[in-house]
Amino acid sequence: MDLTFNESESAFRDELRAWIKANHPGEEPAGEDEGYAFRRDWQRQLYEAGWAAVHWPTEFGGRDATLVEAAIFNEELARARAPFPANVLGLLLAGPTLMIWGDEEQKQRYLDPIMSGDEIWCQGFSEPEAGSDLASLKSKAVRDGDDWLITGQKVWTSGAQYSKWCMFVARTDFDAPKHKGLTYFILDMEQEGVEIRPLRQITGDPEFNELFLENARVPNANVLGGEGNGWTVALTTLMNERAGLAFGLQVGMTVALDELTEQLAAAGKLDDPMIADELGALRIKCEILRLTAYRGLTATMKYGQPGPEGSLTKWMWSQGNQELMQFATKALGPQALTGSSTWGRAMLRSRGNSIEGGTTEVLKNIIAERVLGLPRKK
Amino acid sequence: MNFDFTEDQHEIKRTARELLAKRSGVEQIREAAESEAYDESLFTELRELGWTGIAIDEQYGGAGLGVVELMILCEELGYSLAASPFLANALGGLMIEHAGSDEQRAKWLPGIASGEATATVAFSSGGTAEVVPDADGAAVIVLIDGEEATLIAREDAKVEPLTTIDPTRRYARVSASGGEPLPGDVAGALARAEVALSAEMVGIAQRTQEMAIEYAKERKQFDTPIGAFQAISHRCAQMLFDTEGARSATYFGGWAADADESQLAFASSIAKAAASEAALSVTASSIQVHGGIGFTWEADVHWFFKRAQLDVAMLGGTGKQRARVTQLTAASLATAGGA
Repeated sequence: MDLTFNESESAFRDELRAWIKANHPGEEPAGEDEGYAFRRDWQRQLYEAGWAAVHWPTEFGGRDATLVEAAIFNEELARARAPFPANVLGLLLAGPTLMIWGDEEQKQRYLDPIMSGDEIWCQGFSEPEAGSDLASLKSKAVRDGDDWLITGQKVWTSGAQYSKWCMFVARTDFDAPKHKGLTYFILDMEQEGVEIRPLRQITGDPEFNELFLENARVPNANVLGGEGNGWTVALTTLMNERAGLAFGLQVGMTVALDELTEQLAAAGKLDDPMIADELGALRIKCEILRLTAYRGLTATMKYGQPGPEGSLTKWMWSQGNQELMQFATKALGPQALTGSSTWGRAMLRSRGNSIEGGTTEVLKNIIAERVLGLPRKK
Repeated sequence: MNFDFTEDQHEIKRTARELLAKRSGVEQIREAAESEAYDESLFTELRELGWTGIAIDEQYGGAGLGVVELMILCEELGYSLAASPFLANALGGLMIEHAGSDEQRAKWLPGIASGEATATVAFSSGGTAEVVPDADGAAVIVLIDGEEATLIAREDAKVEPLTTIDPTRRYARVSASGGEPLPGDVAGALARAEVALSAEMVGIAQRTQEMAIEYAKERKQFDTPIGAFQAISHRCAQMLFDTEGARSATYFGGWAADADESQLAFASSIAKAAASEAALSVTASSIQVHGGIGFTWEADVHWFFKRAQLDVAMLGGTGKQRARVTQLTAASLATAGGA
């Protein structure tokens, strides 16, 4: 066991830390569009300095960073309170999926603009009738000469309004069993058959969207991983989602907990034994999440692919973050719930944590069946 | 950054698991518990294998390995619920090795390392410790009162054997006046002891989790293995959540003890708090998964539940650890902010 960074990991961290310090873009501006444009500029800056996709292989413009270095990248960004790049779904999900399933032409065409942020990607998986039971999705793609025509509805599509491309899963064979009849498409968002409607969430913000497709056209060359292979390709995307996002989220929670601790200390509330006790319990959860995430990386590096254990850290994070936000609003008093505080909004946003990216209930099923080997659920 | 054990450490774990499966199976646990007596030959075997001296310096007859290796053994001893004075002796040994004077080390560590003159440790108040593990058979007792620790030879202490709800281990009430203070780093020594104790609790949680899962696969109701019902399977997933979290924290504590003392106070607090919560919740949950049978004397899961209760109370409760975590992080944030 060595829970320190080795020489090359330390060198990576120091170089990155110095670069962020010299290039920090400052505070993100208010307003959704303004914030997005700001994060897109920031990604361009990262790209030009070779930091946009450290976990990608060098042949695609990355740094071939190890899993630990990729974790360091997320930790350092969060620690410096620098924003995450705008095209986060492209970098973490679409890119790695294209590298595994894309043909040469697709890799050449799509990867570089993902990294530069010139082309933003969104994810068209969930549907109103297909949430946890994703494989039952109904969006329909039919052949029209060399193209496919897609009709259907998607939901929870974050960043759709900024996106050029969508990772889109549709049903191409209605006679096949539900997991077998799906195909993964690279869908051009800039066309008439695609309508985007903002979806207002409980915070009041439209962070997500609904997509309505009416004969949206996709050339057959934009099928990823072959017709009928959509479920397998989608699983690649989902595995990367849980493995890749965990570190950024974990550090986000640490940063929020640090801020809360500082605010409570400034308010003289740490002498209250009830507050000290609950704050200690939260810190322990936060630290356990960090440690368990690193343990997961060690296992992934030893055995290859990220395993279903990623479900455990996602669950740890969502539960911990919700408890943190709820505790913050309680401990700081009712002013934390007013418009002048960011905590109330953060607390509302945290309710989504145990739903997005796999509900806690689904994660428990995955752990029970695939880690513990219990029989399939009734 | 690497969380994996070395090949030698894996080997220690494998050897311990295999040996204890033979020497401390459920039959042996039950026999020791019901007779309220240890199988002396088990401890003799552990002594002869050199386990008792694993983390004690070679100059005192130990193997000179670290807290990580001791932690591995303690986890396996918890997993097998071995009825022996091993843990108390190891904790007492850590106190004397890391907080004792040269003279105290020279006097006591060889007997602790060989297991021929064992130690124990407990929290006390005004010279009395209410529940001390394996004090009656010990040669030396360390009592910790606040930030001070005192070393007392067995013959200078009044030791009154107790019955507790945990019949897998011998306990006693100890009172003594005087004794020699341990002049060294009591807090650092105690932190190491907390890590070793946490490891035993991780082992207990792991074992009772496995017992629950095995039962949930076999037991059928409504013509279905109960593990297929989400009310049961989600409870089992929660056991994994609690056990793995406690394991992450405990391994961090072991590593900090051997490699980065600056993080030891924080790491050992997290380990003790997390392992205590896991041991309580997983053993209780395992009884629940076993249903009615889990409440019977025959089911064996209760031995683990009982040991967990006493372990959690040992060396201070979870509240103390949480308060210390808050205190340590607030201090480190204030330093970082001021710098």
